Amino acid sequence: MIRVELRKLVGRPRTWISIGLLCLLPVVVAVLLSVTEIAPRPGQGPTLLSAVLGNGALFPAAALGIVLPFFLPIAVAVQAGESVAGEASAGTLRYLLVRPVGRTRLLVAKLVSIIAFTLLAVVAVAVVGYVAGVTLLGTSGTLTTTTLAGTTLTPADLAWRTGVMVLYIGWSMVGLAAVSMFLSTITDSPIAAALGGLAVLVSSTVLVALDAAGSVRDYLPTRYWLAWVDLFRDPVPWGDLTAGVLVQTGYVVVLLGAAWANFTTRDVTS
Amino acid sequence: MSAGEERAVVATRALTKRFGKVTAVDALDLLVRPGDRYGFLGPNGSGKTTTVRMLLGLVHATSGDIEVLGRPVPRAAREVLPEVGALVEGPGAYPHLSARANLRLLDAAGPARSGGAGAEPLAADTGSRRTRRRRIEDALEQVGLADVGRRPVRTYSLGMKQRLGLASALLRGPRLLVLDEPTNGLDPRGIVEIRDLLLGLNAAGTTVFLSSHLLAEVELFCTRIGVLDRGRLVAQDDLDALRGPTGRTLVRVEDVAAAEQALGLAPGGDTRRDGELALDGTSVADVTDRLVRAGVRVLEAAPERRTLEQSVLELTT
Repeated sequence: MIRVELRKLVGRPRTWISIGLLCLLPVVVAVLLSVTEIAPRPGQGPTLLSAVLGNGALFPAAALGIVLPFFLPIAVAVQAGESVAGEASAGTLRYLLVRPVGRTRLLVAKLVSIIAFTLLAVVAVAVVGYVAGVTLLGTSGTLTTTTLAGTTLTPADLAWRTGVMVLYIGWSMVGLAAVSMFLSTITDSPIAAALGGLAVLVSSTVLVALDAAGSVRDYLPTRYWLAWVDLFRDPVPWGDLTAGVLVQTGYVVVLLGAAWANFTTRDVTS
Repeated sequence: MSAGEERAVVATRALTKRFGKVTAVDALDLLVRPGDRYGFLGPNGSGKTTTVRMLLGLVHATSGDIEVLGRPVPRAAREVLPEVGALVEGPGAYPHLSARANLRLLDAAGPARSGGAGAEPLAADTGSRRTRRRRIEDALEQVGLADVGRRPVRTYSLGMKQRLGLASALLRGPRLLVLDEPTNGLDPRGIVEIRDLLLGLNAAGTTVFLSSHLLAEVELFCTRIGVLDRGRLVAQDDLDALRGPTGRTLVRVEDVAAAEQALGLAPGGDTRRDGELALDGTSVADVTDRLVRAGVRVLEAAPERRTLEQSVLELTT
């Protein structure tokens, strides 16, 4: 079943269109930066962007910083909202279940497919970001990279930091996907499930910025989303990153558990 | 073959489903025997589809038991369902893929074939690429879709989608076919083709459970009928029994008034219909004898038989 889901993912034009669109925005930004050479001042504009003019090799991270607040979550929420509700609205859910495909199996296969999509999207943005960064912005001439802290990184350092970043962002997205996937088992409308996930995202973003919400802030899903920026400091402060992984894991476990409990016991009337 | 073959193909006991306060299906005792062509009749909203969904383990019963192919559902659904082909409330397919691609995905999604009751590992059940392709081509051929090529399902007519739905039901060579309104959207010729196909499969041993609100379709195809009305099974019998004699005798005569007089009936009474007389408590022999003696010429005399439509309307009002 997992193979079938992955085949569906790869065979669907929408998968590639949404990944293509995700990659487009960072490329546009890179083109504008290289043409104008006007960088946002440090502390302003998208994360890390101020640093990339000096070194295109940092651009993958900057590219993810550009798509992370909004575009990537939209793509992931749509994909996750589609998971069960999409089959229901296409009328294929009942035929899969009487084929028979066990409900738990189906849910696991959907989850794997969403994770695959998320990683694919993150890696695609990182790779396109690297290519665009190096070709349009150039490397700094030396093989080392300056961190936000002003120290230098070797290419190997940069590689593992970027790798960890991809995984961290991927896992943050899985946290969001869990929301939409849970909703997807409740409603038969994929759009409703996707928008529900985005509503949680927006609410969380608003609350994180609100001082009055200080007591719950540390438990909000988007609280540590940007903590991967820490990976480009030296030495890496692991505190927020660890907390972020734990918070996301909590959401993933609870919401996927709820999705499983709901889906395996509910009546399929679509 | 195992003992499961001898038992009922579908049996439910006091099967009940409530959605909130609404009782959709109420204490249903269905019995479908091996080889039956079972017609599950009922007006829209009478609970047919809910029942079908319960038989397939999609909807969970509030109370009561279900056995399909001798095994409890939904508990043993995993062993039972590979031997059941189903079409529930219209076909479902991925619109951007072709019929073949849809069937390939569906075929690959499930188990190769369960070790369900009596299932022997047949050569045709191995999952090699070649047998899978063969199976898909056979199913498409059976429903008349062999030539559709690579067009995506999105471009299909309703009738073609319906045929694709049937193909996916037939894909695994099931012992039981559960079909909900299978001729929906088909033209008259398509309906005949599908009926012939189902008759052929039935003759080869497949039990068919056909749920429909179309009396004519059921009357032409089924051997056994269950009638559902507002969630209750109001009749379950062989078609011939449901179309059985009413006990009345119908007589057509040249002179109705004379016949009424000869039989001692009030002129123009309620036994009279369109130049015929419908008589209670008599027989063809008896009534013709009396009429001939009185010099009334009899054109036709026969025991009255109900049409299926009459029986069902009587049962569901």
